Amino acid sequence: MSERKPVLEMRNVDKSFGPIDVLHDINLKVHEGEVLCLLGDNGAGKSTLIKTMAGVHQPTRGEMKMDGKAVRFNRPKEAQEMGIATVHQFGGTYPLMSIGRNFFAGVEPTKGWGPFKIFDRKTANEIAVREVQNFGITRIDDGDRLVGGLSGGERQSLAIARAVYFGARVLILDEPTAALGVKQAAHVLRIVNEAKRRGLAVIFITHQVMHAMAVGDHFAVLIRGAIAADFRRGEKSREEIADLMAGGENMASLEAAIDADVQEHPAE
Amino acid sequence: MLNIFRRPEAGAAAGFILIFIFFSVFGWEKNFLTPLGASTWLNFASKVGIMAIPVGFLMIAGELDISVGALIPAGGIVLAMATGLFGLNIWAGIALSFCVAGFIGYINGMLVTRTQVPSLIVTLATLFVVAGLNAYISKQLAGTTQHSLKDVGPISEFLMGDYHSLIFGDGDSKITIFRSLQSSFFIWIGFAAVCFFVLHLSPWGNWIFAMGGDQDSARNAGIPTSRLKIALFMLSAMAAAMVGMTEAVLANTASTTTQFGMIFNTIICVVVGGVLLTGGFGTVTGTVLGTLTFGIVFQGINFTTFDKDLNMLFIGVLLLVAVLMNDTFRNLATSASTAKKKK
Repeated sequence: MSERKPVLEMRNVDKSFGPIDVLHDINLKVHEGEVLCLLGDNGAGKSTLIKTMAGVHQPTRGEMKMDGKAVRFNRPKEAQEMGIATVHQFGGTYPLMSIGRNFFAGVEPTKGWGPFKIFDRKTANEIAVREVQNFGITRIDDGDRLVGGLSGGERQSLAIARAVYFGARVLILDEPTAALGVKQAAHVLRIVNEAKRRGLAVIFITHQVMHAMAVGDHFAVLIRGAIAADFRRGEKSREEIADLMAGGENMASLEAAIDADVQEHPAE
Repeated sequence: MLNIFRRPEAGAAAGFILIFIFFSVFGWEKNFLTPLGASTWLNFASKVGIMAIPVGFLMIAGELDISVGALIPAGGIVLAMATGLFGLNIWAGIALSFCVAGFIGYINGMLVTRTQVPSLIVTLATLFVVAGLNAYISKQLAGTTQHSLKDVGPISEFLMGDYHSLIFGDGDSKITIFRSLQSSFFIWIGFAAVCFFVLHLSPWGNWIFAMGGDQDSARNAGIPTSRLKIALFMLSAMAAAMVGMTEAVLANTASTTTQFGMIFNTIICVVVGGVLLTGGFGTVTGTVLGTLTFGIVFQGINFTTFDKDLNMLFIGVLLLVAVLMNDTFRNLATSASTAKKKK
């Protein structure tokens, strides 16, 4: 195991909403230049977990550490200021705004003085196009184009490039490949690798095992709010991970049950 | 060449040119194009236009404001009562009228941002509340629903409610630039210029678009969405009061009659101008062009030989055609970058 300090660490984190326990005893670490894949079926607690990391929720028990120091985020903004950026599926992009305006939404570069400060379109477009191209999306070359005309993968890439440009150290990607075709998903996975190469700590949430295996260094499987398995790249096969995600139940036995059902009740 | 059509104002501009040519031809005989004729529809457009821009801002931000229908008379009667009943100076009356409108806009904004009730319902409620208060307060305090205006000096009249003409020379060599344009027209143009700056040049415009595009992302990006929305509701309420005041100063009287028609008029102008009803898209130039188009259609029929009863039908068709056209142009704009580049 590496002796480097993890960028973000969760220690014995529990999260309850009133009487309902959602997360139990979560222990997770993510290092610089590492992709942590968070796998889990629907309702396993993935979104509660990432919302806790991003400061939307606060842990009921347990602690979070950044660079070894205990932190507590009362608001998402505080997590963002510490460099934790969440990119949702299509979040952070506005289809009917230009690429340049999208990239700088909320933090517009301006020129001029006093009340006559104007949005610096040229600079915004230049930086946005440059940053996105550096992530390998060379098809984007005009910052005035509307984001609605980009593909899902390109929009995702724009959102990631934006987060990285604004100083993200921990990148939480919430199902970035869920609604994408094969080619577009490959696109996003390339971006994830590029972010990793640049030394970011990436937390990649997915339920597509193939996508996770393509980029992940470290995997955690979440079942009913607890970490059911925690392993490193190459320690488990694809089938084993899929089994784990299905709630520990053996996929093979499930398939057998379905087969038997189909034979008993053949389609009319 | 195609890039011209991708500009967001393209639909509104095309619509305006078509309507303008149409009425120029059919209204030629009855002086549609003369300065005096043009003033007829420009004066009408200016009143809707002053409200259409901030209502358009709200629509871009994903909200609606229909309380303007009651804020127009509110603006007028507050001014009239302030000067007539309380003996305030006209400028103090104007300031008070803006304050009252701003306060109502603030309540609209607070209710919308705090309760998550759709702004259509919230402003529908304030429309009736303010309409009721207009009549009640007016009768209780002044015993009438018609107020005459006091203390209108030459400066306030010149700025708020007078007719302006610019004519060079006289006799046969007379050149008329414009004739009998109301003050509200110049207020509209000035206001549009300021709003253009805010929406398209200043960083605030970006916030408004982002808020309408995806409110959660906008908030996450650090944009103060609630405060901005409240400010926009205040702006539209104050713009409506401005219209009420210009009407009051022009006619020297203010009435409590709620202007339900103006609610639809503003929405039509904004939508014809290419603002997306669901938010995130629109321009000031488009809204101004949409208002001009609407003004021409609304008033222009009087210059033609068509039956005046067809007026509403024209407006309905205009609205449908404009929305379909704007959709087409918007699709062109978003499809622009998916076009395969040949190298």
